[in-house]
Amino acid sequence: MATRAKKTPAASARGKTSSTIKAPKPAEFSKDDELLAYREMLMIRRFEEKAGQLYGMGFIGGFCHLYIGQEAVVTGMQMAAKEGDQVITGYRDHGHMLAAGMESRGVMAELTGRQGGYSKGKGGSMHMFSKEKNFYGGHGIVGAQVSLGTGIAFGNKYRENGAVTMTYFGDGAANQGQVYESFNMASLWKLPVVYVIENNRYAMGTSVSRASAETDFSHRGTSFLIPGFQVDGMDVRAVKAAGELALEHARSGKGPIIVEMQTYRYRGHSMSDPAKYRSKDEVQKMRSEHDPIEQVKARILEKGYADEAELKAIDKEVRDIVSDAAEFAQTDPEPDASELYTDILH
Amino acid sequence: MPVDILMPALSPTMEEGNLAKWLVKEGDNVSSGDVIAEIETDKATMEVEAVDEGVIGKILIDEGAEGVKVNTPIAVLLQEGESADDIGKSAPPSGDPHGERSADGAAGEGTATDGNAVEDMDARRVPAEGKVHPEPSAPDVGSDPDIPDGTEMVPTTVREALRDAMAEEMRADETVFVMGEEVAEYQGAYKVTQGLLDEFGPKRVVDTPITEHGFAGVGVGAAMSGLRPIVEFMTFNFAMQAIDQIINSAAKTLYMSGGQMGAPMVFRGASGAAARVAAQHSQDYAAWYSHVPGLKVVMPYTAADAKGLLKAAIRDPNPVIFLENEILYGQTFDVPKLDDFVLPIGKARIHRSGSDCTIVSFGIGMTYAIKAAEELAGAGIECEVIDLRTIRPMDLPTVIESVKKTGRLVTVEEGFPQSSVGDFIANRVQREAFDYLDAPVVTIAGKDVPMPYAANLEKLALPNVGEVVDAVKTVTYAS
Repeated sequence: MATRAKKTPAASARGKTSSTIKAPKPAEFSKDDELLAYREMLMIRRFEEKAGQLYGMGFIGGFCHLYIGQEAVVTGMQMAAKEGDQVITGYRDHGHMLAAGMESRGVMAELTGRQGGYSKGKGGSMHMFSKEKNFYGGHGIVGAQVSLGTGIAFGNKYRENGAVTMTYFGDGAANQGQVYESFNMASLWKLPVVYVIENNRYAMGTSVSRASAETDFSHRGTSFLIPGFQVDGMDVRAVKAAGELALEHARSGKGPIIVEMQTYRYRGHSMSDPAKYRSKDEVQKMRSEHDPIEQVKARILEKGYADEAELKAIDKEVRDIVSDAAEFAQTDPEPDASELYTDILH
Repeated sequence: MPVDILMPALSPTMEEGNLAKWLVKEGDNVSSGDVIAEIETDKATMEVEAVDEGVIGKILIDEGAEGVKVNTPIAVLLQEGESADDIGKSAPPSGDPHGERSADGAAGEGTATDGNAVEDMDARRVPAEGKVHPEPSAPDVGSDPDIPDGTEMVPTTVREALRDAMAEEMRADETVFVMGEEVAEYQGAYKVTQGLLDEFGPKRVVDTPITEHGFAGVGVGAAMSGLRPIVEFMTFNFAMQAIDQIINSAAKTLYMSGGQMGAPMVFRGASGAAARVAAQHSQDYAAWYSHVPGLKVVMPYTAADAKGLLKAAIRDPNPVIFLENEILYGQTFDVPKLDDFVLPIGKARIHRSGSDCTIVSFGIGMTYAIKAAEELAGAGIECEVIDLRTIRPMDLPTVIESVKKTGRLVTVEEGFPQSSVGDFIANRVQREAFDYLDAPVVTIAGKDVPMPYAANLEKLALPNVGEVVDAVKTVTYAS
C-alpha cells in the first residue's frame, strides 16, 4: 500500500488536464491528534469485532459488512471535517456512523433490530441515519448514495450554508452509471461535494483489475473536469491532510473533488464471505505492515505520547463502551408490533 | 395547375393556429425552403417554409387571422406559366387528409424559429380515421365540495393550472424549486414550466442534463437535506431510468430511518399514451407507482384538480408521484379563482351522480367514462362517475359507498390490464361490498400489448367509449 501511495505524485503529474491535484503530504499530528485517531479507530475496530461476534451468535441477521481495516479513512476525514458537513455512504457504514459521532448503543441496537436502534430496528445494518449528526445513510443500493450525496451538496449550495457533503463509495460502486451522471452535474453546478472512493481492492469478490478498465480511481472524474488524487488510506495522517485539502477545495466554491483512498478490508465482503478470491498471505501482509491502528500506536509509543499502560487504559475504555452497546443491543426489546405501520408516510 | 398552400400541422396533434405574419406578398417568387409565413400556436412561433417553387398567386388568409384550422388553404402557389386567372382551378392539395403532418409536406412545413420546438402533444388525440372527437372547451366536471359556492371560475388549460400551482408554491416557500430537462430556458418540453425561469431565476428553475437516474437521485438528496424539489420528468417513460431512486431512496427512507428523514418532494410529468409515439413513449404508470408504500400517487383529470392537487403535493411532506397527461395539457377547464386553492390528496370526486352503475376512473380515463355516461344516460342508464384523482392513498370509501348504492362497478384506465388499478379496486369491492354487487365488476384497461405505432392499432390498444358503454350495459343487464 505504501508503495502504491508513493506513486501518487507521479500519477498526478502525468495528467494533462487541470483536473490533476497533487496529493498533500501526510498531516503533522500532535499528541492529541494521535491519541484521538487511535481511540476513534480502535472504537470502530472493537465495535466491528463485536458485531461479528453478535452475528455469529445470531443476534444480528441479514447482511453485515464490517469495516475492519478501513478505519483510517473515516477517522481521518472526520478529523478534517467541520461542524455541519454531511456524510453519506453505502452499506459498509458502521464505521462512518461511529466516526460521525453516533452512539454505539444506537448503532449496535439497530444491527440487532431493536427499538433503541437508530431506525427503531426497521433499517438494519445497511440503512441507518442520524439527522442530528448529519449522517444521511446507510444505503443498500450500490452507487445510489452518490446521486443522493450530490443532491445534499446541491442543498448546501442552494442554502449557501457553507457545508460540504462527504460522499463515500467503493471501487465497485465507482463503475455504476449514476456515479458519472452525478459527477457531471456536480461539476457543472460546482457543488460542494467530496467524493471519497474507498478502494479496498475488491468489489465483493471481484478485484479491481478484473472489474475496472481504469484502476486509478482518482482519474474517474477526468471527463467531468473533476480533479482527484490518490491517498494512502491506511495512514490516518495522509487521510486527514487529503480531507482538509479536498474539503477546502469544495467549500471554496471550486466544485467537486475526488479522493481515492487506497485501503483494505480484512474481513470478507459480508459475514458469509470466506474470501477465497485472495490469499491469506495478502491479508496477513496488509495487517502486519499497514494496519492503520498499529501505525498510530507505534508512533505514539515512539514519540512517548503515551506508554503501554495508558494505551491499555484507552483500550479498556473502548472495550467497555462496546460491551455496553452489545449488552444494550441484546437486551433492548424488539420494536413494538405497532411500529410495522409507522413511518411509512408523514 | 395552381397549388394550394395549406395551414400546416406543426405537431402531431395540432388542430389550429394563428397566421401571425406573411413574409411574402402576392407576386413574389418563392423557392422551396423559403420562409413564407409565421404561425403561432399557444406554445411557439413557427416558420412555414415553401416546399415547392413558384409565384405566390393569392393570399387567402390574412395576416393576423386566429384559429386557422390545419389544412385550410392559406395561399395559392402558381407554377410556371400560370397566372392569377388560373386560381380556382387549384389541384387538390396533397395535404394529409388525417389532419396530421404530411410526409410529403403539402405546400408548407414548419420548423421552429424560437428554440421552442413542438415536443408538445397538447391537443387532443387524433383518432385513426382523423376525426377529432368534439370536446367541449370547458367540460362540465361536476361540482366539487372543496370549491365554495359562488366562486368565480376561470377557464384554464391543465398546462397553465400546473404552472400556476408551481409558481404559487414557489412564491410561498423558498425551499421549493423545480428541476428537470428543458424546464428553464426552453420553458418546458411541454411548456408546463413556461415563465418560471423569468420569475424565479436559474437557482430555482434548474435545467438538468439528460440524466434521469442521476437527477432523480440529486432531487432525493436535496429533499433529504430539507429542500422541496419538484422533479419534472419530460415523461414518466424516462423515469424508468430513475425508478430505483424513486422507490429505493425516496419512498423508503422515512421508514428505514425510523421517521428521522424522508423525501418531501414531487416527481411530476406526463404519463400514458400521447398520440402516435408508440411503445416506449406511451406507458401509463398509475398502477406501477400505486404498488409502493411510502409514495403518494396523484393523477388528475381536470385543470382545477391539477392545480389544487399539485399545490397539495408540493406541500406534502412525502414523495408524491404526480402523473400528468400530454393530451390533457391543452384542454381547458374551469379553475376556481381563489388565493390559495388546495385540494386534499386522497379524496375522490363524484363527477356525476347516478343510481344504476358506478364507473370509477382517473386521469384521461375520465374522458371515456364521461362520454359513456352521457351516452348511457340517453339510453336511460344513469351512471355515477367517480374521478379517483389520487391513486394512492385511494379513496375506497367513496367507491364502496357508491357501489352499495348502484350494485354495479366498471373501472376505466389506459394502463395495462394485469395488476391494474381496476384490479385492485375490484378486489377491495368484492371484499367489502360483496353482498351489494348485482354483477361481476368489469375492469376496462388498455390492451395487454406494447403500444403500437400504426394509427388503427393504437386506437385498438386503448380503451374506447364503446367498451365502457358495453360493459355498463352488461353489468346492468341492459344489453
